[in-house]
Amino acid sequence: MSLNRNRNFKFDWISIILFLLLVGFGWLNIFSASLSGEVTSYFDFSQPYGKQLVFIIFTFALIILVFSLEAKFYERFASIIYLASILSLIGLFLFGKTVSGATSWYTIGSMTIQPSEFAKVATALAVAKYISDLQTNIKSIKDQLKTVLIISIPAILILLQNDAGSTIVYAAFFFVFYREGIPQVYLFIGFALLVIGVSSLKFSALPTSIVVSILIFIHYFFIKKKRKSILNPIATVIACVILSFGVQFFYTSILQPHQQDRISLWLRLEKDPEKLEQLKKTILYNLHESEKAISSGGITGKGFLEGTRTIGKFVPEQHTDYIFSTVGEEWGFLGSTFVVVLFVLLIIRILYLAELQKSQFSRVFGYSVASILFFHFMINIGMVMGLIPTVGIPLPFFSYGGSGLWGFTLLLFIFIKLDSNRINEW
Amino acid sequence: MRKLLLFLIIIIVGIVFITRLFYLQVYSNEAYNIYEDNAIRKVFHYPKRGYVYDRNGKLLVANQPSYDVMIIPREVEPLDTLEFCTLLKISKEDFLKTYKKSYNYSPRLPSVFLAHLSKEDYAYLSEKMRKYEGFYIQKRSLRDYQTTIGANVLGFIAEANQKIINDDPFYKMGDLIGKQGIELSYENDLRGIKGVKFIQKDRFNRDLGPYKDGAFDTIPKAGKDITITIDSELQAYGELLMQNKRGGIVAIEPSTGEILTLVSAPTYNPNLLVGRKRSKNYTRLYNDTINRPLIDRGLLRMYEPGSPFKALIALTALQEGVINLNTTIFCRHFYNYGGKKPMACHCGGGKRDLIKAITHSCNSYFANAYRKTIDKYDDANHAMDVWSNHIKSFGFGNYLGYDLAIGKKGNIPDGAFYDKWYPDFKWRATTTISNAIGQGEILVTPIQLANMTAAIANRGYYYTPHIIKNIEGQEIDVKYTTPNKTTIDKRHFEPVIQGLFDVYDKGGTAWFLKVPEIDVVGKTGTAENFTTIDGVRTQLTDHSIFVAFAPKDNPKIALAIFVENGYYGARWAGRIASLMIEKYLKGEITLKHMEKLVLEKSLEEEYAKPYSGKPFTINQ
Repeated sequence: MSLNRNRNFKFDWISIILFLLLVGFGWLNIFSASLSGEVTSYFDFSQPYGKQLVFIIFTFALIILVFSLEAKFYERFASIIYLASILSLIGLFLFGKTVSGATSWYTIGSMTIQPSEFAKVATALAVAKYISDLQTNIKSIKDQLKTVLIISIPAILILLQNDAGSTIVYAAFFFVFYREGIPQVYLFIGFALLVIGVSSLKFSALPTSIVVSILIFIHYFFIKKKRKSILNPIATVIACVILSFGVQFFYTSILQPHQQDRISLWLRLEKDPEKLEQLKKTILYNLHESEKAISSGGITGKGFLEGTRTIGKFVPEQHTDYIFSTVGEEWGFLGSTFVVVLFVLLIIRILYLAELQKSQFSRVFGYSVASILFFHFMINIGMVMGLIPTVGIPLPFFSYGGSGLWGFTLLLFIFIKLDSNRINEW
Repeated sequence: MRKLLLFLIIIIVGIVFITRLFYLQVYSNEAYNIYEDNAIRKVFHYPKRGYVYDRNGKLLVANQPSYDVMIIPREVEPLDTLEFCTLLKISKEDFLKTYKKSYNYSPRLPSVFLAHLSKEDYAYLSEKMRKYEGFYIQKRSLRDYQTTIGANVLGFIAEANQKIINDDPFYKMGDLIGKQGIELSYENDLRGIKGVKFIQKDRFNRDLGPYKDGAFDTIPKAGKDITITIDSELQAYGELLMQNKRGGIVAIEPSTGEILTLVSAPTYNPNLLVGRKRSKNYTRLYNDTINRPLIDRGLLRMYEPGSPFKALIALTALQEGVINLNTTIFCRHFYNYGGKKPMACHCGGGKRDLIKAITHSCNSYFANAYRKTIDKYDDANHAMDVWSNHIKSFGFGNYLGYDLAIGKKGNIPDGAFYDKWYPDFKWRATTTISNAIGQGEILVTPIQLANMTAAIANRGYYYTPHIIKNIEGQEIDVKYTTPNKTTIDKRHFEPVIQGLFDVYDKGGTAWFLKVPEIDVVGKTGTAENFTTIDGVRTQLTDHSIFVAFAPKDNPKIALAIFVENGYYGARWAGRIASLMIEKYLKGEITLKHMEKLVLEKSLEEEYAKPYSGKPFTINQ
């Protein structure tokens, strides 16, 4: 075998190049979005762009660390890493710092660390470890419940810390389970849940329940050939009705007003003009400004550091969750499409590599990485362009923030490390 | 299938995102327009509007600063309306109405919220304005008239209306544009170019500094000063003489076509149409349908010219060779052309040759001359066309082409005109005999008649009358410096001018209007006119008409004067002509008695007659 088959140099360069492009381009946009006044130093720690540059340098140290550890380390220590991560999340209830409503940060000196960003890595490792265990049979209900429990613990802890956005990401593991062989019916149920849930909100629970019930009975009496007990459809109908009213109840009584507003705006539920006017100035304002910034970029954009809406800081949180609007304004349709393509390529590359893995642990972990990155990508850019309700989660490798950057780097590079080791997997 | 699900979803999401980007950035994105970008504050600097000077360099129109409260509706934050309205001295209803109007114009572009603050209000408000988001004060320049005369010539400026703004991107809401007079005609020279500063804002509406370091900023370019041909002293004197009368005085310098005076009476003080009271005053002037001060009678009123037109009848007849200096007739106080009633003549009767006929304004002679002109050709239609073309070569029957935006064509009939008028009747010279004495189907405006006088003074050509003398050293339009030749040979003018000169001689119709030491050439005119009172056609006192030029050789001024219902030509129009000529050529008035008479005469009583509701007598 030639030199490049050397075990130290079999890292997937395509993924690494895509990663570097995203981080580099991301930093340029953070620089533009957070620039105010003269640049004294690119490492100016009082400015987001300065901090982020330091974070990026630390990222390379992290990558070297990840690569220097034995590939087997991640599988062997998955449980311990998971437990440690859960503890760090629990610890937030005691020592956590609250920023804009969410208790998600530890403060160490002038730095803050967000353990939920790392919890994704730990959960992905734990899920991979559990599913790849020879004793686990993903088709058995008991093991399915156990897997769900593994992701539920961090998800619920994060939800309790009032960070609903990060919680939603844990739904990404559904794709992993599906790939690993949970019954088809779950996909159907998942889809039905989505449709019934959304329509219960849009058209309210009662009409939805009636229509769904009629459909189920029609299916039972007219389409199905082998009729089983009548109890089956009745149970389904009851489940659906409970679900439908449950969703409505959840929306009206459990969700906080600002979360309600986001959904009501997305589904165009709000009709009261005064309330709409008020929403326009709050939630819709961000969205409106973000869409406007993107739209104003045109085909080629206004140019680096030339975005008038970016300079004027019209889009709130632009260097974090709304970073894509800077891309849209300054780099235009070409630049934005470039970023979308980079993400799609990276995620598909990971997916492709995951399928090549001989060890189930590596495959499940790779799949988890792809699913998590995809969820962030889909929700963040979808939100910034006004396609889905506002959910505050970062765009991987792009958004400002050390914890997020490191969390995603760990996900990606642990997988690259695992992948590099695949010929040793026997 | 299981392997493909996520893969497919990723591809679909990627495609959806790119489609959405395409929709936002390419499909629904209009070309970037910095004026629409609310991240950039546009600060306009209005240039000095060009000054207006009269022909002797006297400043007529300057500028004064004015302050408007502007609004950008989308940037307005909730405010204490009551306090704000009190500050601006407006009612809450006004506030809401104007806000709505501005919002309908554009939520993101500035429009005028309250125009023309007084200087005191400005000083007081400029401090307080910062408190109100979305409002600011814009400085503009308004006209400052150094004179009270010439409103009809100077015109006025007013806010550009929505249609203008839509049609011409130069104008934004609240910009001022020339609406009448020279302000309208020379808008493009006077307005200059607005300067604009682009300032980057943040979302709290704070200024961050110049956009791209001021790379796109422009400095205002001052409008050009213009000099007009009006002699403001003569204009002022003309307006003074026309006080309490209705009508117009048009004076032209024959050697250049420059309009020396353009008086329309009644008129108004141009200062009325400046500032906050503008729209109120404008409405008042506009609604004065009895005096109609906004109508420029020198340009817009069409009259039957009466006797002054006889000069042209003589010239055409001479040119066509149907009469000569020796042609005589014997006037028996009427001219029988075969109609129901012969045409009356007031010349005194007797043997008349051309010069005497002009001097005494003999109807019979000109009826004969006209008849001969038309009867020269077998085909009356063709003959009429020939005659009509001669007349039209003096600038009648069409827009003269002067540089003021209003005017009337007047009417000079031709063959086709009468064919249409008499479709089933073989009309002849005698059918149209009224044309011979400047009545019938002939309609002219005072400026056309003044232009005719200038053409006679020049012995056969005229320059298109114009009001512009100079635009900061720039050459004026070549059409004002190119002579227009009439169809009459030069040699025919001298006898006609001699006849017109004798008008001032003993026995002429204007013998008592002689101006000492100046050879004046002129012609009286009297035109019958009618109005409709309660559906009955009623004759009013004749219009007093006079045309004149002076001196006889090398003329400096040519005039046409109409005094509505002033009775016979020499009575008022003739007197005003003599005074104007003396004023212009000598700079002082020796005809004190005549001046006193004119100044003291008011025709208001005459004008009130048709409205009195009582029977009245005319021509007293």
